[in-house]
Amino acid sequence: MLFDDSSSRASASASGPVKPAAESHGVDRRGFFRTLGVVGAGVALAGETPAAEQLDDPFGVLVDTTQCVGCRTCEKECAKAHGLAVPEGGYRTTTSDQQLSIIQHHESTDPRVDMGVVFVKRQCMHCLQPACASACLTKALYKSPDGPVVWRASKCMGCRYCMVSCPFDMPKAEFDSATPRIMKCDLCADRVAEGKQPVCVESCGASALTFGRRSLLVEEAHKRIAESPEVYVHHIYGEREAGGTSWLYLAATEFDKLGFAQDLERVTYPSLTKEFLYGVPVVLTLVPPLLLAISNATRPAFAPEGGEHGSH
Amino acid sequence: MEATSSISWKAEAKRTLQFLRAELRPRGKIWTPFNLISGAIILTGAIILAFRFFYGLGAVTNLNQDYPWGIWKGFNVVTGVAFAGGAYVLVFLVYVLHQEQYRPIVRVTILNGFLAYVFYAGALLLELGRPWNVINPVIGNSFGFSSVLFLVAWHFMLYMIAQFVEFSPAIAEWLGWKRIHRVLHAMTLGAVVFGISLSILHQSGLGALFLMAKDKIHPLWYSEFIPIQFLVSSVFAGLAMVIFEGTLSKSVFKTRVSPSYHFSHERIVLSLSRICAGAMFVYLFLQTLIFVHGQDWKHLSGFWGAWYGVEIVGFVAVPCVLFTLAYRRRNTSLARWAAVGAMLGIVLNRLNVSLIAYKIGAPVRYVPTWMELVVALSVILAEVWVFRWIVNRLPVLGEAPAWTHAAEEASKEVIPHARPAAVQSNECSVASKEA
Repeated sequence: MLFDDSSSRASASASGPVKPAAESHGVDRRGFFRTLGVVGAGVALAGETPAAEQLDDPFGVLVDTTQCVGCRTCEKECAKAHGLAVPEGGYRTTTSDQQLSIIQHHESTDPRVDMGVVFVKRQCMHCLQPACASACLTKALYKSPDGPVVWRASKCMGCRYCMVSCPFDMPKAEFDSATPRIMKCDLCADRVAEGKQPVCVESCGASALTFGRRSLLVEEAHKRIAESPEVYVHHIYGEREAGGTSWLYLAATEFDKLGFAQDLERVTYPSLTKEFLYGVPVVLTLVPPLLLAISNATRPAFAPEGGEHGSH
Repeated sequence: MEATSSISWKAEAKRTLQFLRAELRPRGKIWTPFNLISGAIILTGAIILAFRFFYGLGAVTNLNQDYPWGIWKGFNVVTGVAFAGGAYVLVFLVYVLHQEQYRPIVRVTILNGFLAYVFYAGALLLELGRPWNVINPVIGNSFGFSSVLFLVAWHFMLYMIAQFVEFSPAIAEWLGWKRIHRVLHAMTLGAVVFGISLSILHQSGLGALFLMAKDKIHPLWYSEFIPIQFLVSSVFAGLAMVIFEGTLSKSVFKTRVSPSYHFSHERIVLSLSRICAGAMFVYLFLQTLIFVHGQDWKHLSGFWGAWYGVEIVGFVAVPCVLFTLAYRRRNTSLARWAAVGAMLGIVLNRLNVSLIAYKIGAPVRYVPTWMELVVALSVILAEVWVFRWIVNRLPVLGEAPAWTHAAEEASKEVIPHARPAAVQSNECSVASKEA
């Protein structure tokens, strides 16, 4: 049911006023002149976060790890859809620049875990306020209004600050290429914009993945925990981690045993740099006059102003 | 009138060209051991860089998905910029506080800082994966205002301009451009004030780069105060570099050093030691506060606790005491040792934050390849070459040419603000004549 509801919303929004990506990132002439002027004016806008232009309720995916059977169809379909080599061999432990979505294989002795094995799909979490996008100095990584965090080749200069900043270590660089890309799950942004679901969700035969508006997914996850409290850990991973992510997880055993970082901030990661960025315009407007005043006040008596120190 | 001025302009241009051609010729012996070794290293570095641009960063570096930044960022950029901090401290002392005793070293320090930024920002370009897009954050088709790196990049660029303006009178003196010299000279204080503000922000900004890496840096090195720690430590990092570099310059460029520089060097070293000791004490105090506030006692056991102790005690507290002893006993060689210790401490701190205590649990720890080390060294040596070329030609360590003083005297007469002093001196001279 939820599935139908969400896809109808998806198509509604795609045809609605929200036009993701493409149009809004061309050369913004006003922005150009604005910053050509005084730097102070430029940095005054430092507090602006990508979240400002984002909808309150982005799309997301609920992963119910108790349902996943580890068939890895989603891995293969993802690779095909993104033009990457279809993975062979055993289960991976991390995503890579060649594999954006993986199924992890965790053994567990927890009695709640069926058959002693938990399969966990991992990919970019698509944070509500992504660290990578706020770290990006060219806005190559960008939180589109519908939820997907996407990477744009024409903007990225390859500094890899996104990789340093992401708490989930999801952006991966193609170190072996002379024209490296930053690789990570894009939540099939093109498909979502057309009102379709991401390929992994569509290809999942075990109904482990549910696509929809995040608020509905949170409700659904709470409902499942409430209905089967003996099956699930009473925690939705991604509900508050890193300030909230678009991908949400349910599991039958503690998340730290499944490789999920447990000590992540509950606030958003961009907020960690907020104080510093707010300090910038303050320093740039207060320090220069202070220095000029000190310079004038400490000028030795009788020293001519225009001479030695060349002030005026 | 116009005709003559255009002719003189042409003659001036011709003179400048001839002068430049003469200046471009190398001076002194070419085949010295230093030149041979450093030349070979730079050449090797260039070949490695060619590989890097054809086959990608992975071909020459040990960077991996856990360590996206290696020593080109952690050492050349993050550490190098801290060492370039001497320039903003020195111009603050000389141009803002009018501490004339530091004037003999102010130019060489600005030059050092300027070249450090040019080469270390250059190092940043070398390790960009998609350097052709570096224009994006500059021309404004895509401004990431929320990015600390955006701020740091812009401040690097603007600060380089400010430092160039601060240094430009030396270029005008070298070329004999008297009129331009007056204009450039008048811009100095503006550039200084702007430059100091930018320095405060990007020195701390380099620390702020790591704020979002909260879960990746060992808690002994991560705190929300990293920006302030980086700023405070850049004060003594820069001054320690000034002491170290001044000692080298004094012997390497013997013939270029002015008598006033030579005469005052010891005194300058000792008073800089005093400032270093003060800044290091502040830094230690800050570290202690952060340590206690962060309740980091539990981290002190084991290897990382000991490693932290080595950095804080061995390379901050000990150099701090040495600096104090140096100025108390007026012992310049002790000050030099303290400077070396303080510099090692900065290298250690910056590498700890960016690489060593970064992602301790990673399956593959980052260790630079020999090729990365060669390139890192090449960048420094190339900078030394350019530095040497400039010091051997421009009035950096030596006195400015006599005409600059004459021009300054003249400008004093003209500028109305200067009237009271001028009038007074006239009166004095009149009075003395009458007497």
